[in-house]
Amino acid sequence: MNSERADVLWLDEHHEVSFLELAESSGLSEAELRELVDYGALVPTNLRSVQWTFSGDCVFAMRTACRLRNDFELDPHALALALKFIVRIRELEAQLRDLRAQLPHRSA
Amino acid sequence: MKYKDYYGILGVERNADADGIKKAYRKLAHKYHPDVSKDPAGEEKFKEVAEAYETLKNPEKRAAYDQLGSHQPGQDFRPPPDWGNQFGDAQSSFDDIDLSDLLAGLAGGRHRAGRHGEKFPIPGQDYEVTAHITLEDAYCGTEVDLSLSVPEFDENGFMHRVPRTFKARIPKGATDGQRLRLPGKGGKGLNGGRDGDLYLNVALHPHTLFRVTGHDLYLDLPLAPWEAVLGGLIEVPTLGGPVNVKVPAGAHAGQKLRLAKRGLPRPHSGAGDLFAIVQIAVPTVVSEREQALYKQLADGSTFNPRGHFQRER
Repeated sequence: MNSERADVLWLDEHHEVSFLELAESSGLSEAELRELVDYGALVPTNLRSVQWTFSGDCVFAMRTACRLRNDFELDPHALALALKFIVRIRELEAQLRDLRAQLPHRSA
Repeated sequence: MKYKDYYGILGVERNADADGIKKAYRKLAHKYHPDVSKDPAGEEKFKEVAEAYETLKNPEKRAAYDQLGSHQPGQDFRPPPDWGNQFGDAQSSFDDIDLSDLLAGLAGGRHRAGRHGEKFPIPGQDYEVTAHITLEDAYCGTEVDLSLSVPEFDENGFMHRVPRTFKARIPKGATDGQRLRLPGKGGKGLNGGRDGDLYLNVALHPHTLFRVTGHDLYLDLPLAPWEAVLGGLIEVPTLGGPVNVKVPAGAHAGQKLRLAKRGLPRPHSGAGDLFAIVQIAVPTVVSEREQALYKQLADGSTFNPRGHFQRER
């Protein structure tokens, strides 16, 4: 079997995605994304602009949102709440990871 | 075709009503959903649960599934002779079709695949996979082999899973939790629909020496008591090779020595830092001569590490 070679794109804060791109890659509709922006669960990099853009790492967050919507049959309000909690959990996990990394592994 | 006991997977009776099926699904989804559960086997369990619910929540699919009869899970079986006429396609071979793919076809999958009637673009399925790499690979960049089982449609419009393998270059700068996208490397689009994407989640294997947080690294730096007191040049391992670090005299346990830009490279420019955390290591076995020298030091030193105990009284 032949292996293809694939190029990768970074999905982080250095790469922006358009509103349409975010809708296409996340599986959420434009109306759902707008509602998540209204609830503050999704923040464009240029909120006041007519054409919103988003940080590349929003793609994964919105794919998670789409999974949660489908698998738990959540409405946008419940979805926004779940996403805010997920963000808080991720931040706390990152802090915990950071603090754990500073703890010595072996006793002297 | 292997039989799957969807009722058993959801833990409900075959005559359960729609509400009972939904409740059972939700309970299991809370337990095993990969975005909720910490169970490492949760994702696989949830896939089974979701597949079972996908069929049993839909009256058409559930009726078709029930008509397949009841078999042992994993048992090879063929649908009854009239099943193809009633629900599927009489001309089809059921030999290498997955039960879920067969039932998915009932909800319009074959028609959407373009066998009959109008054709409209259908995007290919996206996939998410985790690539486990070493810290050294993250430092230098690496290539990983990925294999997927992607759906393709046969001439009858039935879905079959086919293996797809490719190599993906993970550029240097990726760290734990980094997300990457491989455009067009997911499932094939149909009728001119775009090919799906593959999303890659980078996970680093734990390292024996370094601990990772973002692009920074932490390393325990054990010092002998005299090295801590006198200071000096100490060789410290880094991902780019050993470097000599000047340890200041009077170094104390827990003190962080920062080695700027000796961490993981950042994706676009610069690099994280390496922090060496001082530990004072004491020998557990000492020779007579060493013991005598320590005794001599104890007798001659005025250092009192517990002086503050007295001040607090």
